[in-house]
Amino acid sequence: MPQLNRDTRHAISFTLNGKPAQGHAEPRMLLSDFLVHELGLTSVHVGCEHGVCGACTVRIDGAVGRACLTFAVQVDGKKVDTVESLTPEEGGLNELQKSFRSNHGLQCGYCTPGILMSLSAYLEENPKPSEDELRDMLSGHLCRCTGYVNIVRAVMEHVGNAP
Amino acid sequence: MSQTQEKYVGQSIDRVEDAALLTGSAMFSDHLPTRSGTLHAAILRSPHAHAEIAAIDVSRARAMPGVAAVLTGEDVKDISDPFLIVLRQPILQWALAVGKVRYVGEPVVVALATDRYRAEDALSAVEIAYRTLEPAVDPEAATEEGAPLVHEAVGSNIVSVRDFAYGDPDAAFAEADRVVKLKISYPRNSHTPLEGFVASVAYDAATESYDVQSNFQGPYSTHTVISKALRVSSSRLRMRTPAFSGGGFGVKVQVFPYIVLMGAASKIVGRPVKWVEDRLEHLSGAAAAPNRVISIEAAVKNDGTITGFRFDQLDDYGAFLRAPMPGPLYRMHGILTGAYDVKNLAVTNRLVLTNKCPSGMIRGFGGPQMYYAIERLVQRIAVELELDHYEVIRKNLVPAGVFPYRAAAGALLDSGDYPAALEKAEKEGKLAELRKRRDEARAEGRLYGIGFAAIVEPAQSNMGYLSNILPLEERRKNPKGGAVSNATVNIDPLGTVNVTADSIPQGQGHMTVLSQIVADNLGLKPGDIHVNLEHDTAKDAWSIATGNYSSRFTSSTAVAADRAAKKARAKLARIASQTLNVPADRLEFGNGKIYAADNPDNAVNLYRVAGSAHWTPGNLPDDMEPGIREIGSWSPPELEPPNDKDQINSSLTYGFVFDFCGVEIDRDTGAVKIDKYVTMHDSGTLLNPRLAEGQVHGAFAWAVGCALHEEFAYGEDGSFLNGTFADYLVPTAWEVPEPQIVHMETPSLVTPLGAKGVGEGNCMSTPVCIANAVCDALGIENVTLPLSPNKVSALIHGEERPPPDGAEAPSAAREVAGNVIAGAGEAFVKSPPGEVWAALLDPEKLASVIPGCHALERVDENDYRAEVSIGAGPVKGRFKANVRLSDLDPPNAATLTGALTGMLGLSEGSGRVTLAPKDGGTALSYDYRIEVSGTVAAVGGRMLEGAARALVRQFFERFATVLGGGEVAVADEAAPSWWTRLLAALGIGR
Ligand code: FES
Ligand code: FES
Repeated sequence: MPQLNRDTRHAISFTLNGKPAQGHAEPRMLLSDFLVHELGLTSVHVGCEHGVCGACTVRIDGAVGRACLTFAVQVDGKKVDTVESLTPEEGGLNELQKSFRSNHGLQCGYCTPGILMSLSAYLEENPKPSEDELRDMLSGHLCRCTGYVNIVRAVMEHVGNAP
Repeated sequence: MSQTQEKYVGQSIDRVEDAALLTGSAMFSDHLPTRSGTLHAAILRSPHAHAEIAAIDVSRARAMPGVAAVLTGEDVKDISDPFLIVLRQPILQWALAVGKVRYVGEPVVVALATDRYRAEDALSAVEIAYRTLEPAVDPEAATEEGAPLVHEAVGSNIVSVRDFAYGDPDAAFAEADRVVKLKISYPRNSHTPLEGFVASVAYDAATESYDVQSNFQGPYSTHTVISKALRVSSSRLRMRTPAFSGGGFGVKVQVFPYIVLMGAASKIVGRPVKWVEDRLEHLSGAAAAPNRVISIEAAVKNDGTITGFRFDQLDDYGAFLRAPMPGPLYRMHGILTGAYDVKNLAVTNRLVLTNKCPSGMIRGFGGPQMYYAIERLVQRIAVELELDHYEVIRKNLVPAGVFPYRAAAGALLDSGDYPAALEKAEKEGKLAELRKRRDEARAEGRLYGIGFAAIVEPAQSNMGYLSNILPLEERRKNPKGGAVSNATVNIDPLGTVNVTADSIPQGQGHMTVLSQIVADNLGLKPGDIHVNLEHDTAKDAWSIATGNYSSRFTSSTAVAADRAAKKARAKLARIASQTLNVPADRLEFGNGKIYAADNPDNAVNLYRVAGSAHWTPGNLPDDMEPGIREIGSWSPPELEPPNDKDQINSSLTYGFVFDFCGVEIDRDTGAVKIDKYVTMHDSGTLLNPRLAEGQVHGAFAWAVGCALHEEFAYGEDGSFLNGTFADYLVPTAWEVPEPQIVHMETPSLVTPLGAKGVGEGNCMSTPVCIANAVCDALGIENVTLPLSPNKVSALIHGEERPPPDGAEAPSAAREVAGNVIAGAGEAFVKSPPGEVWAALLDPEKLASVIPGCHALERVDENDYRAEVSIGAGPVKGRFKANVRLSDLDPPNAATLTGALTGMLGLSEGSGRVTLAPKDGGTALSYDYRIEVSGTVAAVGGRMLEGAARALVRQFFERFATVLGGGEVAVADEAAPSWWTRLLAALGIGR
């Protein structure tokens, strides 16, 4: 691992949602702050900054990670995906997002991008989860508005496991 | 051509908000653009519950790179006034503490820098000397003679006492067959929106005005509080709120002190200032629903009829009485008899202040506390009279056919059929089956209980309810009542419809519902209606009632929008009547057209008609104003000021909620599992049933949290103990079951759309329903929330027995003693005691092994001073340590006492370490007791103890290396604190 100088803004190049992105950050800058305040992303939300709520969840080289527990300099040379990456080529919403809409799986929507990012990875591994499995996975996210009922419904309907 | 227009109100249409939210393009407050040159603020908060501020030294902080200013209470006091409060009491609160701190988390210093990181750096260089004072923590103890005073100038911690009587309570109690009593204590908690506060303020010296962007949610009566505090007229306080907010739940009114703080800061530094609250700040310092102690009594007949209630309520508002407090006590006042037909009522309301975070507006707003008392009591009545709980509820309900019904304390129950609702819930929720399930479980020896709760859910507050806290003579001078809401429907030259309104949405889907309402009025589709709910007091209509609270949307802003749309429709009809040659009242609207009711082919496109109001105003009827921009305003006449008998219709609409549930308790662990939950709602007409259900789900989930997990915990010394989401437990998908919702729709008679509030009922009904089920399962008289497994298991098994001789109590010690961490442990180093002793007394060696140590000096023979950086979980900070060695018994034992201070908090403690020769090396054993406060105390449990373990291991590993190697065996009996470790490390490894 290269030694970074703490007072220097280091150049960072990485792939953000399939496109090249660059910026500068001091070593201590969080990835969440970097994406929002340096790159202007509105899809990254911060709810706790200590890894519990899941609102800041992104994918880093495909793996699900908390942007609030990652330093920006750590993604240099890597591939970062946020909820924008889910938009299908023709635009609009993907099928899971549509299911969230039709099932009222979001209210304030602050938790939603993080949940969608976790789901996007999870459903690749487990495309047809049982409700218990899904709830277990969702327990890594806090939502204060929905009581989770309609989030669960949205996903179960999407995977074709609706009761 | 078919002209039949589909109606959208009442349909579960998809939300227009969702596309932006699902794709991440919706902008929340932290995403909004700020002016260039904006400074970022960080706030230093009090680590003490109660202390005098002896001195603040910001000189070092001011000199740090990127820092523009570091301000204290004295700076803020010079240019702002204390916040207005509802009582005439000298409870003075500025945006930063002045002279004294009164709760852990109180803002003391604000640093402004080029970015947040540098602003936080500056805080770590601020030095504050406090003189700690005895705090008042427990609300009942705070009322006693001689209790420490939160505000000396008030002379008492009780800041208001009011007695009320309705009907003839004395006679009811004298004539009762029986009086049933209960005392309850409702904990502090909060709905903690996922997005924290944001306040961005720019002061313009030329116009002497403030421009505020914030996720403030109203009520805008608070706008007055802010403008008075900043010493400007309300027109010079421009408040802008975005269309998207990451949840409000009432909590976001409490951003207002920070708007004042950032306003003052911006004025002082002459630059725009932005502050984003973090989670640690939010949990310790944002707001909590007031904890309340209620002694309640019912006069009852032997058949279970309740003839009177007596309430003695002690509501704890924490350290200050911020607007709109004490709303939780008075918002529910008119409906203090709940869902019951009880004519006689006596009430004493006392407000107490304590050294805790100021209370605030939180979803449920007084309802959870009040119904916890009433509905627990009704369960007790059933038990004491050996009646069925469900039957006692049914017997006492306000009967059908008496609406509108004036409740004893003045609520005008607008509509409903409570007995029918009960029956519907019983049937559809299969109560009989649930009872069977309980019997079967009990026959198997399992702990199973059923709980019930019936409540009336008030919505749309009467802005005059708080005046009931004032004596009649004072109230008469300035009677207050009403609640004005506003909406505008604008049709532009091309006929597209724009709607703005003052609802200040927090995620409920107001844009969608307004589009439904306006579409129906104008014969359009919701997709044709563009709703913009950003709000700007400089340009949009607003009133003191503006905002998002008290479940008011469906009976307030929605009605205003309906009125605006009706005005626009009337105007369009008059214009079209000229073109179509049909009287305006014989025209219909549908599918984008305006047409004659009896001849649909005689039609004109709506956009053409609208366009003519812009393009050819000369052709409009003479008295008509050009353009189409119609404002709807609405204040329901039923919201009158309190009358001379202290009766107040505290809200406009009153829905009915009836819940029952079955819970099973794990006998071994004490875990409460909700086996089944049924919730019946009559919220009047549902404008969008799917959104209404979403509100029920959300309220229910928080209520489950309140019942089982959520509580702001304070130590006896007032330290705050659960300041992260790992400590303050918010329920996840795993803990929240899906409730079965049963609906009934009895339209409200007092609002044109027939709709009532729906978002708060379960906050009021569910905590007590679950508590009733737990009492039923365990056959106990009373419980206090939250029903965490350790609390419930103590109810089953009794308090935990003391551990066997010699052993430390397990980690429950932390919980029992709050902020006190005590423990013991052992380590082994491969050098003999003499060498170890010498190394431990050598400052240089020590400095090299203490994790995070920057400097260590010996100030006196046995006194050390050091600076260390340490972190636990999300917090990391620099601390000053002072350690003193005593009772030296070289090379066998030493006692050390010491303290650590830093911006994240402080600790004081002492411990004893002994060294004994063992296998050619040294066995070190230690015990300790540490008290922590400030942020660090709030980072409880797991994080603190995990960090401790890592640090102690590091210390001994490095120590062993310095001593020429050796294997390290660290045994932690009671997870030791890293504080202890550091103290230990600084003096001598223990
Ligand atoms: S903000 Fe990253 S997990 Fe909460
Ligand atoms: S929708 Fe608001 S937090 Fe999940």
